[in-house]
Amino acid sequence: MNDAVEVKTLIIDEQEVSARRGQTILEVARENGIQIPTLCSLDGLSSVGACRMCLVEIKGSNKLLPACVATVYEGMEVTTNSERLQKYRRNILELLFAERNHICSVCVSNGHCELQTLGQQHGLTHVRLPYRNPDLHVDASHERFTVDHNRCVLCTRCVRVCAEIEGAHIWDVKGRGIDSIVITDLNQPWGESACTRCGKCVQVCPTGALFDKSKVGADHPKYPDFLPFLNMMREAQ
Amino acid sequence: MSKLKLATVWLDGCSGCHMSILDMDERLLAIAEVVDIVYSPIVDTKDYPDAVDIALVEGAVASVDDERKIRKIRAHTKLLVAMGDCAITGNVPSMRNPIGPQAILDRAYIENASAQPQIPCVVVPQLLRVVRPIHEFVKVDVFLPGCPPSADTFHAALTALATGVPLDIPALTRFGA
Repeated sequence: MNDAVEVKTLIIDEQEVSARRGQTILEVARENGIQIPTLCSLDGLSSVGACRMCLVEIKGSNKLLPACVATVYEGMEVTTNSERLQKYRRNILELLFAERNHICSVCVSNGHCELQTLGQQHGLTHVRLPYRNPDLHVDASHERFTVDHNRCVLCTRCVRVCAEIEGAHIWDVKGRGIDSIVITDLNQPWGESACTRCGKCVQVCPTGALFDKSKVGADHPKYPDFLPFLNMMREAQ
Repeated sequence: MSKLKLATVWLDGCSGCHMSILDMDERLLAIAEVVDIVYSPIVDTKDYPDAVDIALVEGAVASVDDERKIRKIRAHTKLLVAMGDCAITGNVPSMRNPIGPQAILDRAYIENASAQPQIPCVVVPQLLRVVRPIHEFVKVDVFLPGCPPSADTFHAALTALATGVPLDIPALTRFGA
């Protein structure tokens, strides 16, 4: 159990795998073709463990760990898809759907939405919790983009891509708990902020919360795949 | 064997789910071999019958009348199917929830009325404060999401329900489909 050893061997879903020191459970699982569902995590951005979709079980511990931030150790035994985890993941999705006003049928991301897809993958046919119906606003002050807080899941991908990749840090989170909301600058309208108009936040947004005004109907697929390449090119320089 | 008694109900929805049922086209003939439609917006029966085998309910519960209807339907139905996103999530009708019924009525009948602005209060049922899915009022046996569920989804679902074959709904449809 020497932490200085560079290569760790562990078990994920009864499969023996090896990993480099410091790798996350999620990275190692994906390298070995084991799929763990994620929502806030995105290849190319830092991980925050916010959404809890990637929770996994570790043998010998009664705590569930988010696979996107939990690092591997020698002899670790990970279960990624037990009945208990599936139940929690469904609960999380239902909480997300009940928290804000997600109306798939009228959303620009209908058919391209990560929340909607996760719901379907987890067998969600209805939400057992009462809907909160919060009164949230839509900011269309930007000349190219709109933010609809009704559809936001607070994954903070927009905050991270703007700060870490674009380097502008226009996006941030205001408030605590259920009152949390993403803001531009110091809660100024997006159109009046120091936004560089790069559009990366729109591309990484998993739902229809951030969208391009030129898109109509449900014709708004997003393309976040550029991020790892951007990082690779920067590291190469 | 006698035919199954099928009811279809239209609460606060756009009738799109019913249109989608009709989109089964010639497959409706095969469905009609095993079910009798005993109550529906497309048949002339005024009162909900006593012993219905399967009820397909479109629309959310938005008024006191919807609430009365869904409770009666539940009491007289063996298998209650929430049909489409309005019945299951509230969907488009529920978009008024953060605003409230009074503001909506004012906008529709007072602010935008060019002649005799007045809010209708006779005959039409009173709106509930919030539009809610039917499972918040009564037990629902099957949830069939979609806006609307496709004709293929209806065909697969009705065939399975009529014959008792297991039904994998997430493989067929989803919210917003």
